[in-house]
Amino acid sequence: MFESTFTWNDLQFILQGAWVTILLTVVSMIIGTLAGVVCGMARALLPRSTIPLAWLLDVFRSVPLLIQFVLFNALKSIVGLNWSAFAVACVVLGLYVTAYCTEIVRSGVLSVPLTLRRASRSLGLTYWQDLRQIVMPMATRVAFPGWINLLLGVMKDTALVMWIGIVELLRASQTIVTRIQEPLLVLCIAGLIYYVMSLVVARLGARLETRWQEND
Amino acid sequence: MIEIDNVHKSFGELEVIKGVSLQVKKGEVVSIIGGSGSGKSTLLMCINGLESIKSGSIRVDGTEVHARGTDINKLRQKIGIVFQQWNAFPHLTVLENVMLAPRTVLGKSKAEAEALAVKQLTHVGLGDKLKVFPGKLSGGQQQRMAIARALAMSPDYMLFDEATSALDPQLVGEVLDTMRMLAEDGMTMILVTHEIRFARDVSDRVAFFRNGLVHEIGTPDQVIGNPQRPETADFLRSIN
Ligand SMILES: Nc1ncnc2c1ncn2[C@@H]1O[C@H](COP(=O)(O)OP(=O)(O)O)[C@@H](O)[C@H]1O
Ligand SMILES: [Mg+2]
Repeated sequence: MFESTFTWNDLQFILQGAWVTILLTVVSMIIGTLAGVVCGMARALLPRSTIPLAWLLDVFRSVPLLIQFVLFNALKSIVGLNWSAFAVACVVLGLYVTAYCTEIVRSGVLSVPLTLRRASRSLGLTYWQDLRQIVMPMATRVAFPGWINLLLGVMKDTALVMWIGIVELLRASQTIVTRIQEPLLVLCIAGLIYYVMSLVVARLGARLETRWQEND
Repeated sequence: MIEIDNVHKSFGELEVIKGVSLQVKKGEVVSIIGGSGSGKSTLLMCINGLESIKSGSIRVDGTEVHARGTDINKLRQKIGIVFQQWNAFPHLTVLENVMLAPRTVLGKSKAEAEALAVKQLTHVGLGDKLKVFPGKLSGGQQQRMAIARALAMSPDYMLFDEATSALDPQLVGEVLDTMRMLAEDGMTMILVTHEIRFARDVSDRVAFFRNGLVHEIGTPDQVIGNPQRPETADFLRSIN
């Protein structure tokens, strides 16, 4: 009764999809984290003058990702950009991560007590030395759990790129389901792969966190 | 020498320092006492430029603290300040806390900064806590670390803002002893404190602050022992 038409080739196809999921996650997290650190620090340190930035990023946080993908893809054709679907996916996901990461970084920076910054400035550290040596390391510890959650969320949200024609883990699985008509088996395999990927991230994150917590 | 001349300072509409003048000579220990909200902390912040002033002037060794051209980071190197909150940098070990400024600000080598930090930490009795993170220390130890951290910059002046107010009573003594040691070494100090007996012991002069003004100033025996103004006497009675 456990006979299945699921083949080695199918598994490879799914794993290729998983690789696309990983790539999309990594690239968009890199883009979004770099931009998010800059925007988040700016939001925390210059709250007044960066209010328009907050409005803009709110758009990317509030509009469902699916709509962003489809709209950006349409925009691409209208403007005549010759971008691959993968590039579009990275840009949209990157902006999405930027929007969330900005908030994570902002609250991390704001969590550093003003009295600590005064103490470091009173030792003669310049504004930038204080940011670099005190604010950023402390903010990182506060922001890190939120950043890991963002990463785990984005890994799952990448599934939406199938709507602009990219074959990632979920899409690959669906293709095989359609062909061999064994949805339970295939989706279990796909789910297991998501689970393993998340587990690795969560474990690495937890290890880093405990190392930091030992100090408190 | 620290020369404070007719300084005014406001937060928005609220004027908290209303024309304070005070001179502290090299080697002198001046204590500032006074009720909460009288502007004592604000004055200390103004002395090293952590707060701006509205008018008047503050000079440290002849340098205008609040003048445009002043390199404030450079000036702060010679003014150590210890706050009521211990302000340990929690992500750095005790040793790293003390090494940070000598390395970053003075550009000392790692070995040099470490030797300096070990010396200062040993001096305040923390020679056995070098690799520990501040979170593992008692409040008194953290405050002594903060003192060592300030001293590692070899400051010419030390300002203390109620350095013992946030400590459990049994830990106050060890921090006061450290401060006393500094005074005996000839450090120029301004102490904002509620420890009247300590202030009387170590100070050359005591200033009583009230409503953003120096209300009475003189030797400890005058101001604490025999206050001339009724408000000073009231304040001293209120905290005993
Ligand atoms: N950053 C600030 N913004 C607005 N008001 C402040 C600020 N810091 C202090 N104050 C006000 O200034 C007055 C003097 O405060 P402070 O210098 O801390 O007094 P003290 O140290 O003598 O208790 C208080 O009324 C306080 O509320
Ligand atoms: Mg105060």
